[in-house]
Amino acid sequence: MQWDIVIGLEIHVQLATRTKIFSGSSTAYGAEPNTQANAVDLAMPGTLPVPNEQAFRYAVMFGLAVNAEIERRSVFERKNYFYPDLPKGYQTTQLERPIVGPGYVDIDLANGETKRVRIHHAHLEEDAGKSLHEDFHGMTGIDLNRAGTPLIEVVTEPDMNNADEAVACARKLHGIVTSLGICDGDMSQGSMRFDVNISLKPKGSDVLGTRTETKNLNSFRFMEQAIAHEVERQMDILEDGGTIIQETRLYNGDRNESRSMRTKEEANDYRYFPCPDLLPVVIDDAFIDEARNSLPELPDARKARFMEQYGLNDYDASLLASDSKLATFFEAAAERGKDAKLASNWVQGEFSARLNAEEKSVADSPITGAQLGDLVVRIADNTISSAGAKKVFEALWTGENDNVDAIIDAKGLKQVSDTGELEKMVDEVLASMPDQVAQYQQESDPKKQKKMLGGFMGPLMKASKGQGNPKLFNEILVKKLGG
Amino acid sequence: MHNKSVAELSRELESGKISSVELIRDYLGRLKTEDEQLNSFITITEEQALADAHAADEQRAAGKATPWTGVPFAHKDIFCTNGVATTCGSKMLANFVPPYDATVTANFRKAGAVCLGKTNMDEFAMGSSTESSYFGATTNPWGLSRGEKRVPGGSSGGSAAAVAARLVPAATATDTGGSIRQPAALCGVTGLKPTYGRVSRYGMVAFASSLDQGGTMARTAEDNALMLNVMAGFDPKDSTSIDREVPDYTATLDEPLKGLRIGLPKEYFTGSLSAAMEEQVRSAIREYEKLGATVKEVSLPHANLAIAAYYVIAPAEASANLSRFDGARYGYRCEDPKDLLDMYTRTRAEGFGDEVKRRILVGTYALSAGYFDAYYLKAQKVRRLIQQDFINAFKEVDVLMSPTTPSPAFVQGEKTSDPVTMYLEDVFTIAINLAGIPAMSVPAGFVDGLPVGLQIIGDYFSEARLLNAAHQFQQVTDWHQREPQ
Repeated sequence: MQWDIVIGLEIHVQLATRTKIFSGSSTAYGAEPNTQANAVDLAMPGTLPVPNEQAFRYAVMFGLAVNAEIERRSVFERKNYFYPDLPKGYQTTQLERPIVGPGYVDIDLANGETKRVRIHHAHLEEDAGKSLHEDFHGMTGIDLNRAGTPLIEVVTEPDMNNADEAVACARKLHGIVTSLGICDGDMSQGSMRFDVNISLKPKGSDVLGTRTETKNLNSFRFMEQAIAHEVERQMDILEDGGTIIQETRLYNGDRNESRSMRTKEEANDYRYFPCPDLLPVVIDDAFIDEARNSLPELPDARKARFMEQYGLNDYDASLLASDSKLATFFEAAAERGKDAKLASNWVQGEFSARLNAEEKSVADSPITGAQLGDLVVRIADNTISSAGAKKVFEALWTGENDNVDAIIDAKGLKQVSDTGELEKMVDEVLASMPDQVAQYQQESDPKKQKKMLGGFMGPLMKASKGQGNPKLFNEILVKKLGG
Repeated sequence: MHNKSVAELSRELESGKISSVELIRDYLGRLKTEDEQLNSFITITEEQALADAHAADEQRAAGKATPWTGVPFAHKDIFCTNGVATTCGSKMLANFVPPYDATVTANFRKAGAVCLGKTNMDEFAMGSSTESSYFGATTNPWGLSRGEKRVPGGSSGGSAAAVAARLVPAATATDTGGSIRQPAALCGVTGLKPTYGRVSRYGMVAFASSLDQGGTMARTAEDNALMLNVMAGFDPKDSTSIDREVPDYTATLDEPLKGLRIGLPKEYFTGSLSAAMEEQVRSAIREYEKLGATVKEVSLPHANLAIAAYYVIAPAEASANLSRFDGARYGYRCEDPKDLLDMYTRTRAEGFGDEVKRRILVGTYALSAGYFDAYYLKAQKVRRLIQQDFINAFKEVDVLMSPTTPSPAFVQGEKTSDPVTMYLEDVFTIAINLAGIPAMSVPAGFVDGLPVGLQIIGDYFSEARLLNAAHQFQQVTDWHQREPQ
């Protein structure tokens, strides 16, 4: 049987406000447990919430960035459930009247097409604390530093049909919130948390299948794997004639497996009702205008500019523009390197691969965009080969040296581009390989000929101690063999 | 000395006739002996009070006295007091010592008033008799001389009994459905529930957030005005407090009442109201006519729905407000919990009393899926109708007057087995909280030797007018000066 995959996302975005959404405690990450929790955060008797205006400004900025309607009178509600890291016994959140109404984002797909993903709404709420199950001898420790950190929860419509689209949408939203500066976007620390709702339906059917929600996806790679894993799991069940249980599943990225956290039957009746400690939040035109005027360049606009200013193609521009830190890095490399296309290749190639391999974000990169730009200059002016460039990159990355030219000198990576010298080497190598030369000259298929050229490159690079300019070697070879 | 009002004590302190230390020693001595039969205090803060009295005398010597400097009073044990146990009348908080002051507490501290302790109350302010306190019932000083043990009303019964028995000249109180006015009426003292949002709720342990309001209790209207001067005002820590100028409530006390338009809601002069009670209230209203007021009958058509709406909304809010008492961070925790669920269930089963549990259950039910629309939403609609009734009435009249309660103080134990009968104690007071308007109870006579309260209800932020009306009445009557034997 053929299946359609239906995916929706729920994204928790921790807002980068200095203080919490309803108290004056700091939101900084990583402090000693419970040192950033005051009487309000501890839900001491008689304490009351006071809304943080900055959280509303950030939520409105997000709403404007995803082309959404802003609710002029949004209401906080209490979501009631007992849990030790939820100090009040209810979470203050929004349900009926969220601050951000319906909107959309356009995502760029690998095939060059654009797809619109609708945003159902985004609401403001407070984060819970953390339960610590280790190091307490069978007891549980509670850390309330995170309790009350402002979040917006973004809920998309189920508009995505495969993992690539879901990841593209996630990256798009990541790019938007980091560009806005309303979230640091750090998935490993939980600043941005993606939950994926997945269901399958027979191909072409109008009826949605039962969905599951997969949580704990702390990187885009895990998100992609988790979706593949869950789709396969559901498909196996359905093809065996089974039924999907509506449940929340917890994904373990290290083992690529998931387990059930709770089923629908186990879910709470949250008994939502409007929070009587907070008045409805009235947002006026002036507040919205002010937020609109403070919007920085967003990924879509940045992409258009990259195509215009740097001559990048749609795909490259979209990818580089999606993340504000990556975009800034690229621009520094392109400006310094004077060759935007080459800079783009290096940022997306070697640089991104290295970040992924070490599970680092752009912010943790040991090299700067300007350094990569210096490297681009030396590649473009033929000072070094691409193999040499990789060595320079490696030295920059490991901190061996921070100056590109100094590394080239120290490692002797400067290419030989003197054609006279190179021709001499070619002559010698061709003389030592008469059979291969004859074979080449008898071959009539230019494609096969081209392939055969590779056979001469190894000995040539060896003869030049790796410093011969491969592009020039190639030209000379073709000339000499063909002549 | 003990019959003196706050205003009088303030003048004596100012004149140097007596020092605050002398005054406080005297009050404390009396409090410790007299309160044994009343049980109106949960905590007496003797050491702190004496230290504060010393500080007050120094303050006065330095020429920095306010009308409250060195004057004794007490806090209902619902207001958090930094470093002093705040129990809310519950086993759940019997060991709770807050590390912060309620805004109301801080305001009195700033004014230099000397708190003698924390007064008894129904557990979490849920009750009309101060019998549900974990620390035992408070006894009304009226009737004691006849050997009767009557309730002081509730939930602020400790404050009302203490003021009536002259243990303190004034005490703070709170009112969610009548918890200031009903005990004030039953104990023969004067109490004011301000407009919702007039007094900060920060640090006041929450029962029903949209109804709770801190207020005043003293023997005279003038002392209520002095209290409100300290308590009222916008508080950035309470988003529901209202940013509106606070007048000097004593400044308008002496204004004549000529032309005051009084409305008598016909729905409040029927039903369970006894003929003797009604006669006392109508005789008080005749006094107002003598002072130049005009009287007409008005109608509050939805009055009969108030109790039903209240007993959905208040428990619903309470069910969430009381979720924080889970044994995890402060307050009572059961012995040796075997797991999380055991900690929650036993902590709450053992820490809360019956009435609190009843209201949590009712509130949880009303908010549950499938019942929410029929109960909670319907009750909110009724609440708006009740509010509109009052808005309409105040287009015709300046104040409304009614009995505060249908009957005088009842005997302890009489209504504890029947919650609904107990709830009917608030039949004339509860709608005022749903509307959010201010109201007072003023001593207006006696029935069978027990005090009767006149309720004066005003439009939003009309506290000055209510206090003026009560003060003028107290210039021509002496009900508020009667002392229980």
